[in-house]
Amino acid sequence: MGDSVFFYAFAALAILGALGTVLFRSAVHCSLALMTSLLGVAGLYLMQGAEFLFAVQIVLYIGGIMVLFLFVIMLVNLDQAAKLKQFNGQTPLAVLAILGTGAAFYAFLAKGVATLPAPASATVMTGGNTENVADLLFTSYLLPFEVASVLLLVAVVGSVLMAGKGGTR
Amino acid sequence: MITINHYLAVSATLLLIGTLGVLTRRNIVVILMSIELILNAVNVNLIAFSKYHNQVTGQVFAIFVIAVAVAEAAVGLGVLIALFRNKGSVQADEVDLLKW
Repeated sequence: MGDSVFFYAFAALAILGALGTVLFRSAVHCSLALMTSLLGVAGLYLMQGAEFLFAVQIVLYIGGIMVLFLFVIMLVNLDQAAKLKQFNGQTPLAVLAILGTGAAFYAFLAKGVATLPAPASATVMTGGNTENVADLLFTSYLLPFEVASVLLLVAVVGSVLMAGKGGTR
Repeated sequence: MITINHYLAVSATLLLIGTLGVLTRRNIVVILMSIELILNAVNVNLIAFSKYHNQVTGQVFAIFVIAVAVAEAAVGLGVLIALFRNKGSVQADEVDLLKW
C-alpha cells in the first residue's frame, strides 16, 4: 500500500516537472522544473532497488548538470529571450505526432507486457546494490567503461575548445 | 500493486514530453533540457527491466547512459556559448545558415 503511494507521488513529481520544463517561459523556471522531474526519477530508482543510481542521479544530475545549465543561463542572459515567442511554427504538427506516438506506446503497453518472458527465477544477489553494480562494471563491462572515460575526455576537450576563445571564429 | 507496466508508462510519458520539448521549443537551452528528459526516460525503462529480471546489468547500462548525457550536455552547452558569442541569440530557428 505504502509502495503505491510513493510510486504515484514520485511519478507525479517526474511528469509534472517534465511538463513544466517544456511549458514554462523563462529558462530558469524550466531548469527548476527539470530539477523537480529529476528528483522524481531518482525516487523511482530508489523504489526499484537501484540505490547507487539514486545517489548518482542526485549528485551528478541535480548537483552537476543542473548547475552547469544554470551557469550557462547566467552567461547567455536569457532575459530578453523570455519575452520572445517560445514555440516554433511546427508546434501543431509536433503535438499531433506526439499524440499518435503516445497512442501507439500505450496500446503496446496494454497488450505487450503480458507477452514478456517470465522473470528469471530469483538469482539470489549477495552484497549491496553498489557492490553488485561495481562487480559487473569492472568485470564484464570493463572495455565499455574505458571507452566511456575516453568519451568524457573528448567531451571535456571539445567543450573547452567550443566555449573558449577558439569558438569566436 | 505496482507492476513493471506502471514504470514503463511513466517512462513513455517522460519520453513523449521530452520529444515534444525538442520539437516545439525555440530556446536552445530548453531543447538541451528536453534531451535530458528523454535520456532519463530511457534510464527509468532500463531500471524497470533490471528489477524485473532481477539483474543489475540494466543499472550498468544506465550508468553509461548518464555518462553519455553528461558528455552531451557539456559539449552542447559549449556549442551554445560559442553560438551566442557569434550570433547574439539562442533561438533555434534563427540559426538557418545551412537552410535553403
